[in-house]
Amino acid sequence: MKGMPISAALGLFVTALFFLAAIFAPWIAPYSPTQIVGDLWEPSSREHWLGTDNLGRDLLTRMIYGGRTTIFVASAATLLSFTLGAILGFTAAVYGGWVDQVMSRANDLVMSIPTLIFALVVLSVMPVTIPILILVIGLLDSTRVFRLSRAVAVDINVMDYVEAARLRGEGQAWVIFREILPNALSPLVAELGLRFIFAILFISTLSFLGLGVQPPLADWGGIVRDNREGIVWGIPAALIPAFAIVTLSISVNLVADWMLNRTTSLKGGRGV
Amino acid sequence: MMHPILTLLVQRIALSLLLLLAVSVVIFVGTEILPGDVARVILGQGAPEQAVENLRAQMGLDRPATVRYFEWLFNALQGDFGVALSNRRDIATAIGQRLGNTMFLAAVAAAFAVPLAIFLGLLAVRYQNRWPDRLISGVTLTAISLPEFLLGYVIMYVFAVQLGWFPSVSSVHGGMSFWQKLNAVALPAMVLTLVVLAHMMRMTRAAILNVMQSAYIETAELKGLRKLTLIFRHAMPNAIAPIVNVVMINLAYLVVGVVVIEVVFVYPGMGQYLVDHVSRRDVPVVQACGLIFATVYIGLNLVADLVSILTNPRLRHPK
Repeated sequence: MKGMPISAALGLFVTALFFLAAIFAPWIAPYSPTQIVGDLWEPSSREHWLGTDNLGRDLLTRMIYGGRTTIFVASAATLLSFTLGAILGFTAAVYGGWVDQVMSRANDLVMSIPTLIFALVVLSVMPVTIPILILVIGLLDSTRVFRLSRAVAVDINVMDYVEAARLRGEGQAWVIFREILPNALSPLVAELGLRFIFAILFISTLSFLGLGVQPPLADWGGIVRDNREGIVWGIPAALIPAFAIVTLSISVNLVADWMLNRTTSLKGGRGV
Repeated sequence: MMHPILTLLVQRIALSLLLLLAVSVVIFVGTEILPGDVARVILGQGAPEQAVENLRAQMGLDRPATVRYFEWLFNALQGDFGVALSNRRDIATAIGQRLGNTMFLAAVAAAFAVPLAIFLGLLAVRYQNRWPDRLISGVTLTAISLPEFLLGYVIMYVFAVQLGWFPSVSSVHGGMSFWQKLNAVALPAMVLTLVVLAHMMRMTRAAILNVMQSAYIETAELKGLRKLTLIFRHAMPNAIAPIVNVVMINLAYLVVGVVVIEVVFVYPGMGQYLVDHVSRRDVPVVQACGLIFATVYIGLNLVADLVSILTNPRLRHPK
């Protein structure tokens, strides 16, 4: 944490705030997320800081609980995509040959279909539940992680210390987890931030289209969907999630940028 | 003996066709085989066994998957996508009109975005690390951080509701003149322009900056050329291949971004059609739309590759 620039510290602080609000939502939120507390689309007041939504529920409460759902789904999907993508990517790099060929070509194939279109095609026959959403987003996103971790691991795989480990008689699992993983971690962690933001945007888009988180559960994309009719009447309730998403994604980007700079300067430019 | 560049082009096109075939398999498998039974999913868990059985027979699900796949593929190649489950209408006719609308919207957005992105990219290089560069980077970064649909509502709120310049709902129909249509798609086109502008401008800037580090640029600089002449006469020609590549990739992205924007502005295009039928679990329509979107996407990426092969002088004039 030494020598952390102010921008990165600010980013880390704001990101932490979002996560804390998500974790402690039931204690922070002033009302219940499904409770109707006023008229439709009341303007902001002392009782309702952000006003009320299309059914008269408190918008601040909906935003806090919505952040909880959105951040949870995005985190779980990112975790899945990283575990899967990194392990498969390292495996492809370490084994090489036809294993690498088969995995890389299959990955190219999935990446050649636009992510949103692929997700819509799959969701047309799947029940739309939170676990399925996490699975779909995580699997589709793991193709990007696969590509990066394979590229990073191919570089590390030819290092002398990896060869030394091989000559020592260590197995492939040791090479992947004890030699490659620790050395590939920093570029991957920087990528983690970007993939997390992508997952947030993705789940929000799906929810907005009505194919993501289902009501009455709140989430940021769903809040836009619920309140979109208000826009035409000049009621900006649907725009509030925009601020949340922009603030969160800029903060995470600031942290990720700093990590990327730090790793590239330490490792002599590798991982750019 | 064929010209080596011709061989390269033919190879690249053949590879894309192969990829497209594989994609059609993935789309088919993704909708037909994944959770066991499409008929059951469409009718819901509580449906009587007889109804599921009937639907299965009607969709031809009792036949083996490979047979159904080839039947679907050959019909699709001849422009026949079957009928929609929800309203029994012919899918190809419905798509025909909507594809035209979508292409019109994408074309309008591209007509604004491409020149603007290249101009702003040049401007950012000219004033690198000074306030115009920082301003352009800041605005485009914010545009990237917003999901398309939210950017859509922000723009709708400002330009349609507060200022009242354009209609908030973009309905177009056959009887409208070109200018009326243009007015109707102004806002969605503006959103799409902003979305791709950010990516395109940043990549253009990077492509030119990359060329600007070459030795011959330094020579030109030391000759005392003005910065703009330098960029236009010396850097630009060598950056054209990467820029065209960037433009094509972003046009491919535009075709996908259209899906969400059409829903925001209730525009009668392919995206709206696809999303409507995903929630109705209308599998034949989803397959058809998925295949068309993937084809356009792969096609534009192919054009990007072909252009970068053709603009490479080392490949055009082999030793």
